[in-house]
Amino acid sequence: MSVKLSVSALAIAAVSATAAAARDNVQIAGSSTVLPYASIVAEAFGDNTDFPTPVVESGGSSSGLKRFCEGVGENTIDIANASRAIRESEVAVCAENGVTDIIEVRIGYDGIVFASQQSGPAFTAFEPSDIFNAIGAKVLKDGQIVDNTYTNWSEFNADLPSAEIAMFIPGTKHGTREVFEEKVLLVGCEATGAMKAMIDGGMSEDDAEDACLDVRQDGKSVDIDGDYTETLARIDANTNGIGVFGLAFYENNTDKLKVATMSGVEPTTATIASGEYPVSRPLFFYVKKAHIGVIPGLKEFAEFFISDDLAGPSGPLAQYGLVSDPELAKTQQMVADEKVMGADM
Amino acid sequence: MTDASMDSVPVKGTLTTVDARTKKRNAAEKRFKAYGIVAILIGLFFLVVLAVSILRSGIPAFTQAEMQLEFVLTQEEFDAAESQVLKTKAYENIFITKLQDALTEKGLTVAFDAAAIERLLGKPGSTIREFYRANPDQIGQPVTFSLPASSRVDGYFKGRVSRDTVVDSRFFEASDLDLVDALADAGIIVRNFNWNFITGSDSGVDHPGGAGIGVSVIGSFFMMLVVLALSLPIGVAASIYLEEFAPQNWFTDLIEVNISNLAAVPSIVFGILGLAVFIQFMHLPQSAPLVGGLVLTLMTLPTIIISTRASLKAVPPSIREAALGVGASKMQTVFHHVLPLAAPGILTGTIIGLAQALGETAPLLLIGMVGFIARAYPEGVVSGFIDPNSAMPAQIYTWAARADAGFYEKAWGGIIILLIFLLTMNIIAIILRRRFERRW
Repeated sequence: MSVKLSVSALAIAAVSATAAAARDNVQIAGSSTVLPYASIVAEAFGDNTDFPTPVVESGGSSSGLKRFCEGVGENTIDIANASRAIRESEVAVCAENGVTDIIEVRIGYDGIVFASQQSGPAFTAFEPSDIFNAIGAKVLKDGQIVDNTYTNWSEFNADLPSAEIAMFIPGTKHGTREVFEEKVLLVGCEATGAMKAMIDGGMSEDDAEDACLDVRQDGKSVDIDGDYTETLARIDANTNGIGVFGLAFYENNTDKLKVATMSGVEPTTATIASGEYPVSRPLFFYVKKAHIGVIPGLKEFAEFFISDDLAGPSGPLAQYGLVSDPELAKTQQMVADEKVMGADM
Repeated sequence: MTDASMDSVPVKGTLTTVDARTKKRNAAEKRFKAYGIVAILIGLFFLVVLAVSILRSGIPAFTQAEMQLEFVLTQEEFDAAESQVLKTKAYENIFITKLQDALTEKGLTVAFDAAAIERLLGKPGSTIREFYRANPDQIGQPVTFSLPASSRVDGYFKGRVSRDTVVDSRFFEASDLDLVDALADAGIIVRNFNWNFITGSDSGVDHPGGAGIGVSVIGSFFMMLVVLALSLPIGVAASIYLEEFAPQNWFTDLIEVNISNLAAVPSIVFGILGLAVFIQFMHLPQSAPLVGGLVLTLMTLPTIIISTRASLKAVPPSIREAALGVGASKMQTVFHHVLPLAAPGILTGTIIGLAQALGETAPLLLIGMVGFIARAYPEGVVSGFIDPNSAMPAQIYTWAARADAGFYEKAWGGIIILLIFLLTMNIIAIILRRRFERRW
């Protein structure tokens, strides 16, 4: 009995202790692609202001937004990082839980690159169609839509090295996967004519699009649910392996990886900023407006993140590999005005 | 069997001549011994491989290439830097200028433009700023700073970066290595023991040189305090009741089976439970060692209960009977005689349970202790329990996921420190057992 009593007393003491000390640090969670940038900013924010350093957690865009939408209050996060825009369905979930005013902040762009072992086969140039032929579930072969049986890159493109197909692509919980599907698989599906053949074969356009995004399940393509480090480890262990990385990650590991051009364009911050390199996506963070003024430093952190000193072309984020946003000034104004999503732009 | 009186029975063999069946049996025994030795050798081999690879990858984390420079910061420079938005960057630029001045004075022949020096530096700004904010009286005085060099420079000293591998890098140029060599000759870049790795906090992804595990060690420490304070009394009380007082019926059997099952539950399950109960229902703070400790308590309890019950069982019934026989009550029997005799076993079980909890990462993922968290030492005991912090294994996991190879090395170094803690705890457990355990 006395044990039970002391346990509940301890629990009560703990609860009251936390109620007394309100949370004074910003809590962030979400995309593992945005995490490095957010942690650079968080560190600089702690070093340069009198606010405590924000807590930045990883976990993927979807899980971050899910936690973001859990509700308003100190035990929910203030900012969700995402490597894709928030979905309608997520906005609806948010609204259901009382998170109605969300500020969308675009911090810049990130390139998605295809890289292989430095000393491996010469994978130096890809087209979206090559990737689609390599890992699509159903491909166009001799005018017919068939299950993908390709095992070697040179089977469908003589310019590519004769090497076994082994691709390591981001898992479905990553925002990167969506961009990969949209900008590579879908484009490749159209380019190879597979999509047209599917529609001609009696599929509706939507079904054909979905079919284009199906990835073969016979082990030639592997979903990586972890971080890029895991992809790197897989590439390290497989001479023929080709991995999907963020530009910043590749640039930090140029000693181990060599990058391939996509549609003839080499991925660099310049080609991504100009839009020449086709596989890039904007990076975002979402701020819970209801927490501004409640959690100290939240607005200051958002403003600090996108200030020219940090997110600008010569700031530390760009140095690390973020492609800075040409319309940064507009975003800065938006954050200063606390303009929420859905309000007139 | 081959007795003289059994001469009439056909003799298959004698003691001195070995027959086929004995040979077979002996061979089987030899083979079995060989299997055993092979199994041990395989185990040893993997242990050695593991130890060697951990030490080889982790030991470089304990040294760090540093830039040493003595310079004077004037009041004007201090004020100008403090008026900037990115103050740390301003201090970095001041340092670069001072270094250039020093190099000009030394008459260095290698080119040293500001951009090249910037590539060699690993974010020195915050260290300089912190120092002058804490010691304003040092402004205008010559001060010697030891600041971590960039990850590539560090890697060059450790053989991770070579002239061949910097070719494609956007962060570093081959010519920078000439400058590094010249600075090393001039005694400005030196490789020192990295105290900051042991005492420091986590750093941003762009400068592994500033990363340390100290703050997360404190996080782990506070978690272990919670685990110890809760799981030892609860676990011991529960096992004494179950072992000494509870009636033997289907209900206590059910509880016993459940405790054994709980010991086998994957730790991530306790993490989900912790998230739902402690954070979402009880509104305890996220990322707090208090919550981490509560979750790990759930995980450690079954281990402690099982080992406590085992050591209570090991106390011979004659001791209880003797105590009861001279008139002690049941409770006196337990607390005066049984519990002290079982204590070494209980302590061993507790320490092993704590060691297990210390190395646990999975449940911490769900309660927000994995990420960029361990940045500042807690200001006091309460803050140690409720302020966001990480834990050693979580910190190692975070480092291992970062792009810069310098963090990978740090992760291995962190493993060495974690192993030192675990080994120490296990050695304490062994010593306690050896010294106090009684055998009957």
